[in-house]
Amino acid sequence: MDDLAHVLKEAFYIAREGRPGVVLVDICKDVQNATGLFDYTQPVELPGFEPYPTIDMDALREAAALINKAERPLIMAGHGVAIAGVARELLQMVERAEIPVVTTLLGTGSIPESHALSLGMGGMHGEAYANRAVQGCDVLVALGMRFDDRITGRLDKFARQAKIVHFELDRAEVGKNIVPDVAVIGNLAVTLPALLEATEPRRHQLWIQQLQEWRDDSTQTDIINYEVDELIPPFVIRQLWHATKDAKPIVVTDVGQHQMWECQYFTHDDANMLITSGGAGTMGFALPAAIGAQMAHPNTLVWAVVGDGGFQMTLQELAVLKQEHDLPVKIAIINNGFLGMVRQWQQFFYDKRYTGTPIWSPDFVKLAAAYSIPALEVHHPSEVAAAIAQANATPGPFIIDFRVLEEVNVYPMVAPGMAVDEGMRRPKPAVLQGYSGIEPSF
Amino acid sequence: MKHTLVAWMRDKPGVLNRVSGLLRRRNFNIDSLQVGHSEEPGISRMTFVVDGDERMVDQVIQQLRKSVDVTRVEDLSDHPMVARELALVRVATNADTRSEIVQMVNIYRGEIVDVALDSMVVQIVGSEDRVDSLIALLDHFGIQEMVRTGRVAVVRGAMEKRLRRASTVWRAQANGKDASAAERFKTGGV
Repeated sequence: MDDLAHVLKEAFYIAREGRPGVVLVDICKDVQNATGLFDYTQPVELPGFEPYPTIDMDALREAAALINKAERPLIMAGHGVAIAGVARELLQMVERAEIPVVTTLLGTGSIPESHALSLGMGGMHGEAYANRAVQGCDVLVALGMRFDDRITGRLDKFARQAKIVHFELDRAEVGKNIVPDVAVIGNLAVTLPALLEATEPRRHQLWIQQLQEWRDDSTQTDIINYEVDELIPPFVIRQLWHATKDAKPIVVTDVGQHQMWECQYFTHDDANMLITSGGAGTMGFALPAAIGAQMAHPNTLVWAVVGDGGFQMTLQELAVLKQEHDLPVKIAIINNGFLGMVRQWQQFFYDKRYTGTPIWSPDFVKLAAAYSIPALEVHHPSEVAAAIAQANATPGPFIIDFRVLEEVNVYPMVAPGMAVDEGMRRPKPAVLQGYSGIEPSF
Repeated sequence: MKHTLVAWMRDKPGVLNRVSGLLRRRNFNIDSLQVGHSEEPGISRMTFVVDGDERMVDQVIQQLRKSVDVTRVEDLSDHPMVARELALVRVATNADTRSEIVQMVNIYRGEIVDVALDSMVVQIVGSEDRVDSLIALLDHFGIQEMVRTGRVAVVRGAMEKRLRRASTVWRAQANGKDASAAERFKTGGV
């Protein structure tokens, strides 16, 4: 019992400092029932916990020298940028030295995605030009990221031409997957401003031109730039962005195809505005997380983008929306009748043997009615904008069941075990005419 | 290459489990592992030997350092050190073999710590090589029971002090704007 207060204090300290994360505190039943004095004044004594290692300024100078010399530099921004709150410094650095930026899934919004130097997400479902940039750069600056397999693809073919500079807080992540040429270990909140100081203004015209060529090449095949008459998920996401971008919403996604589409077609201009489970990959994450986001930011528009599979894992939380006085979380169900990402893999790698992936869903509109939550079903592209507008205008929660085309794949895709520039590109859409009013991808 | 790592950790229930769980989850290949008290009250000292390349051993060290209960980790392999292991071996004897065994144990500077009519317990302290070598000899007479501690090691002479100063994990420290956060926690406000 005497330990409880300072153990909790230690737990909060560990959870928030350094690389933040979950802490498990196991409180025995006898302690739960005991009474004691609440003493929160004891100092945190954790000799084994070193949240902010001392920064090696030599390494930092070495990193800056590499960046200043680079002809084809590239920044790869991860979650650390948002956690350290250095998105502004990153933007300054990017503009000063004209360095394009590829983000990881959790680094989405590290710099505004509408910015000319933003290449969006890289890796398995990143755009081909982002991945070509990774493979073609001569200095790769990784900021607050851990070279997860979703971003690196085949390790021995990753960024072969590049000197790799790794800015990372967690020493254990340095050299784990990719061995860097220079590692700067420390808090980005300290190291990035210092790097910014040491970076010289530069222009990389040839490199930027090359990237633009690659980008134009991708834009030509992007399905979003063709008019289709069927309801396809990229279109739904793009429309959601059109309808909500001025309100600066927090978007929470689940796990699966819709998560990748959200990242590809929703233009995030701010860090921390896409909440997704990242490497944990927990289906069912979206609704509870959206509730949390809405509770923390009661005046911000919160959209949960979910699949029909993941939504059914935690849809009982709809009760919480009502219980908490009609929390105004808006829910977009990208309903394709499949565990789509697994189906996609079964299609590509297992000869279309769809096992366990075709799923049955309830009538989500009736389900919403059972929870006294207004809801709509959308079948055609022409209904999308109106439905989203109605959801935004309705106080309290709202559910839209988007009955999208079933077997749509997430492109581009880098198959596991392949290098990131060996990906499958988007097939050219067959239908070129149809419902109009779509803004081009870039 | 084999590396001798030493980890200091808080002497609390569950810590050994957490550390060995970490080693298992990361699939590190542990040759031996030994835990006991250190010179500092409340801190245990774990010595273990891992087999792997530099990068893997670096990962072991970094993962261990991340654990909140582990206060310090060192790789002793790069330094001159004294490494020993203790083994207790119960070997089958009879009137014919007893004196021969005693002679062998003496050559290896081991000790006979227990004698029965049909067996004796031999204690040997030394490098793994020496322990291996005596055990191989005793095996000819029939080993009934055996226990080995695994390697324990300390750095020779003045090295220990230098190591400790160089260690970056000995004391948690905050820098930059985060010093204020650390301060806040010391004074009790959240």
